[in-house]
Amino acid sequence: MCTHDTAVLAVSGSAKGATGWFRATDASVYFDHPVHALADHTLNIDVRRPVDGPAARVALELTAASARELAQTILRVLDAHPQLAEPG
Amino acid sequence: MDTAFLSETVEFTGHHGDLLEAYAARPVADDRRGGIVVIHHLPGYDRATKEYVRRFADAGYDAVCPNLYSRVGRDVSPDDAAAAVRAQGGVPDEQVVGDVAGAVDYLRALPTNNGKVAVIGHCSGGRHSFLCATALPLDAAIVCYGGLIVGETPPQLSSMVPLIDRAPQIGCPVLGLWGNDDQFPTPVQVDEIERALERAGKTYEFHRYDGAGHAFFYPDRDSYRVAAALDGWDRIWSFLRTHLGG
Repeated sequence: MCTHDTAVLAVSGSAKGATGWFRATDASVYFDHPVHALADHTLNIDVRRPVDGPAARVALELTAASARELAQTILRVLDAHPQLAEPG
Repeated sequence: MDTAFLSETVEFTGHHGDLLEAYAARPVADDRRGGIVVIHHLPGYDRATKEYVRRFADAGYDAVCPNLYSRVGRDVSPDDAAAAVRAQGGVPDEQVVGDVAGAVDYLRALPTNNGKVAVIGHCSGGRHSFLCATALPLDAAIVCYGGLIVGETPPQLSSMVPLIDRAPQIGCPVLGLWGNDDQFPTPVQVDEIERALERAGKTYEFHRYDGAGHAFFYPDRDSYRVAAALDGWDRIWSFLRTHLGG
């Protein structure tokens, strides 16, 4: 089904979309139907810069297992460099 | 026999008089016939939904799908538009009703219209089809595995509420097509929807398919179940012949 359930957050960084790099300001995270991935539901991430229009977006559609592995890997990599990964 | 039809992008006004784009497919012949509004699912005004529109035209009906995400802008890919709308919290129910009303008016104004119009939707579009059946003057409504008609709705979507209590307001016959392996809605929830229609004295027919889950009509997905989909299409054609003519 369409879960509709979407978490949105502000982000800071850059992403490379269809027309090149852009400064990302927003992200959406949701578990719902993919557009392209071969699964009924995927963990979807949109990294966006809405001020530049809806096409300023990098989209990910990952299987639940892949998404968990990615999330854990991100945390492990960040935790390996706590002095560099501190906000500041 | 093949049905020659024309497909094109058209425009009409929807909720609050906003200009909408829509994808229409209409048989070329000038005989009178019914019309059908195809309500797209949450992933948007996409290729799969437009293929449904053409399929209805090929069957002899005037068909149109309003782009419920038209307000995001023109020349925006359906998936980008869907992502933008999702980030904004989705489309409010009242806006959907207003936009579908514009599509119904578009069909009724066609010189070929026989005065009858139906709606159909899959998944979130199925919920919207049920919603429109409670709010608009229609001749038939087809609900394909519509989720969130009954049960809890996402708390962050304040405009989205369960629809089951509105069953008494339904003003047209309803065809419901459901997969018994679906979790949203579950077979128990489908029972609940059926009981609500029965209690309200509505004309309806439900068909449920073993071995099929959500999105069993969708040929490009793993969820496709050919036997359920083919029987479902037969049910759709029979239902439309009865309630739209043709």
